[in-house]
Amino acid sequence: MVLSAADKSNVKTVFGKIGGHADEYGAEALERMFITYPQTKTYFPHFDLGKGSAQVKGHGKKVAGALVEAANHIDDLAGALSKLSDLHAQKLRVDPVNFKLLGQCFLVVVAAHNPSVLTPEVHASLDKFLCAVGTVLTAKYR
Amino acid sequence: MVHWTAEEKQLITGVWGRVNVEECGAEALARLLIVYPWTQRFFDNFGNLSSPTAIIGNPKVRAHGKKVLTSFGEAVKNLDNLKGTYSKLSELHCEKLHVDPENFRLLGDILVVVLAAHFGKDFTPACQATWQKLVGLVAHALARKYH
Repeated sequence: MVLSAADKSNVKTVFGKIGGHADEYGAEALERMFITYPQTKTYFPHFDLGKGSAQVKGHGKKVAGALVEAANHIDDLAGALSKLSDLHAQKLRVDPVNFKLLGQCFLVVVAAHNPSVLTPEVHASLDKFLCAVGTVLTAKYR
Repeated sequence: MVHWTAEEKQLITGVWGRVNVEECGAEALARLLIVYPWTQRFFDNFGNLSSPTAIIGNPKVRAHGKKVLTSFGEAVKNLDNLKGTYSKLSELHCEKLHVDPENFRLLGDILVVVLAAHFGKDFTPACQATWQKLVGLVAHALARKYH
């Protein structure tokens, strides 16, 4: 799967629109993921996952930051996410199926807050981008 | 045996009551064909699917989207008997239409995104969880008779 020039442009548009709300969106995506796919909570036994959790907010900020960074270096996702890729392979070892689940929740958050930016074409591009990020993060697993 | 809480049933019927089945169905199917273009393989006789614009404007896509989502309405009316409700359709999708059940999951995810775009903040996390559960169960019921 390759990100076309149009995809890259669409992704940058989305993150431009999201702007300073990225951290919030990250937290909300995680919240939605924990509620919708409870098995994902197994990766966070050390977290308070209750509503409004500061840990979830903090983690959402990290996740959003990584997505923003990836979007800003969209021509070299492998490079931009290399350290995170190592981390996921060596330490975190989150099963690859879960990146799709978080991706779906991030899409839902963007849709709920910015329906007008999520045209079908942009939806496609963002979905591809999130997929590509997941692929990079699991690339060194074996 | 599927179990629905009273809250889940409320979240389903509450949302469904506010859905324009024709519009939402058309949008969901169009997005499926755009976001996951390989799903176009089932619609060779639909005419022009060459671009997002063509897909969105395609009358066969709209009509089929409406048909699909209308059928989804049966699930909403029969939450306690999804297996029975989709038994014949499951056979049809296997024996005649030859649709990989993964496509039902893809459409379900798309539908959830469309609902989120439509309902905004009202599409709360609890609402999303309930609807993801529903679309997953519908996909499962549709795959049940495969052989």
